[in-house]
Amino acid sequence: MSLRDWPIRKKLTALLLLISSVVLLLTSAAFVTYEVAAFRQTTLKNLSTLGRVIAANSTASLAFANQADAKEILSALRAESHVVAAALYDKDGRLFSRYPATLRDDALPAAPERDGYRFEHGYVIGLEPVAETGNPRLGTLYLQSDMKAVSHTLRLSAAIAAGVMAISLLMAYLLAAVLQRRVADPILALAETAAAVSTRQDYSVRAPKLGEDELGTLTDAFNLMLGRIEDQNRELRHYATELEQRVADRTHELEDRNEALRRNAAELLAANTELDAFAYSVSHDLRAPLRSIDGFSQVLLEDYGTQLDEPGRDSLQRVRAASQRMALLIDDLLKLARFSRAEMRTEVVDLSKIAGEIVAELQRSTPDRQVECAIAQGLEARGDSRLLRVVLENLLRNGWKYTAKQPRPRIEFASVAGNGERVFLVRDNGAGFDMQYADKLFGVFQRLHSAAEFEGTGVGLATVRRIIARHGGRIWAEAVVDQGATFYFTL
Amino acid sequence: MNPGKILLVEDNPDDVALTMRALKSHNITNDVVVAQDGAQALDYLFGAKGKAPVGDLPAVVLLDLKLPKVNGLEVLQRIRATEATRLLPVVILTSSDEERDIIDGYSLGANSYVRKPVDFVEFTEAARQLGLYWLLMNRVAPVPRKL
Repeated sequence: MSLRDWPIRKKLTALLLLISSVVLLLTSAAFVTYEVAAFRQTTLKNLSTLGRVIAANSTASLAFANQADAKEILSALRAESHVVAAALYDKDGRLFSRYPATLRDDALPAAPERDGYRFEHGYVIGLEPVAETGNPRLGTLYLQSDMKAVSHTLRLSAAIAAGVMAISLLMAYLLAAVLQRRVADPILALAETAAAVSTRQDYSVRAPKLGEDELGTLTDAFNLMLGRIEDQNRELRHYATELEQRVADRTHELEDRNEALRRNAAELLAANTELDAFAYSVSHDLRAPLRSIDGFSQVLLEDYGTQLDEPGRDSLQRVRAASQRMALLIDDLLKLARFSRAEMRTEVVDLSKIAGEIVAELQRSTPDRQVECAIAQGLEARGDSRLLRVVLENLLRNGWKYTAKQPRPRIEFASVAGNGERVFLVRDNGAGFDMQYADKLFGVFQRLHSAAEFEGTGVGLATVRRIIARHGGRIWAEAVVDQGATFYFTL
Repeated sequence: MNPGKILLVEDNPDDVALTMRALKSHNITNDVVVAQDGAQALDYLFGAKGKAPVGDLPAVVLLDLKLPKVNGLEVLQRIRATEATRLLPVVILTSSDEERDIIDGYSLGANSYVRKPVDFVEFTEAARQLGLYWLLMNRVAPVPRKL
């Protein structure tokens, strides 16, 4: 584990211990250095005192060249165990006496060097002039002391320093262990809270505040943030609930509407079935009495015609005409009903071709009429071909019919573009109609011409409009009386 | 001319009278047997309640569709389902020209479908043509031998 991954407690403790160690090391070093320096001064001072005493005692032996005396004086150094070597040189620098007596020559300098006390080669050495006060110099005393005392002192002070350091570090560790909590605990509390928030998504927890310092401020800020998040969460939940409620309401509403639609559809189906039955019944039953009326009127005319006068025969003819007209009305109404409910089969329908066939059929049925027919080629539309044939048949038949009194009759089938959609038109130059009544044109049984002028039931255009509407289109007309009419339709 | 009978299945007495008149006016003198509903027609063709048929099979059946008790399409179905009458010429003669009636009629094996015109002159003409065609022009299949 690298240093940066250490837990914060460990890091703080280590930091405190490191600082303490550095401080203690520096302090101990200074203490030991001072101790050693002071002890060396003392050592020098002690050796020089010893030197001066022995030198003073040696004046007589040197002055009288009494070697035995000199040896006697030097042997007194036995009391000073740290003095390992000593010697007396005469005034010419020759070795006069040595201590200990067995000392080899090479262990002593050949001749005394400059006076004074100093450290040399791991020893303390001292050179003391030997002379009576105010008299010429008699010789030199040489002293050599080992450093055992110094290193002993050094060891002692090092030991003391080490002891103090150990105790201090222990204390520092204990203090650090206690004091680091002051810093670490709020941070750990924050960390724990953050972990709880992120793992449990529980925004209601709060970090405990342990002081008014920067960590306290941080804790406050963190708690404030949690509070805001909690508020926003609550708000979000509120909106979510509201939204769910709204969706549920809307779903419910839609279900209700669906139910209503289903009911309507069922009702429509029932109505359609009823209408079917009605149309079927009309088709069968309404025509039978008409057949009787017409048939027996004819029987009367055939069998008893001679017994009737002219108005009588005319009356019977009117009865027959009326019954036949009613049959026509019934047929047209049945057609309207049939085309309104017939199933649609959508395909591409060639309207031009159908229009051509219808016009040809009209020409065949009324060969005496000369009508100019202009049918634009290639007009196609999507729709039910059977129903669209009914549309064109009604419109073209109307054109054919209403141009009967025109000297140069003309009917036209074409298309124009209008408002981005294809508009088909059937135009004639026939009787036309008054635009004032244009809105009545497509109503059932609505006629703008009397039966005497032009025959018809008034169901044709209603049928046309119904079929156009079933194709999602519109139909409208423009006309001028005696100049012609134009029927427009879209699909 | 085929001397066989004409079976007219028709519940409306006016229509019966007019049809008879129309046939007669064109000198179609074949016997006309009238059944006033589908049940009577079946009785005539197949015999009532286990009894044998009263007479020979007709040359042609003029069949109305909307009839009391047993309707025309059911009668047609029985005629086609029975071996003896399987090939009997049946002309549907009715008021309606409802698409489904026409389709059902032909689907069940009608030989022809004629809508009765309201105009009696047209009606007479239709009757004349029917008589002419079914009694004079048309060759009837031999009556299947009884097993």
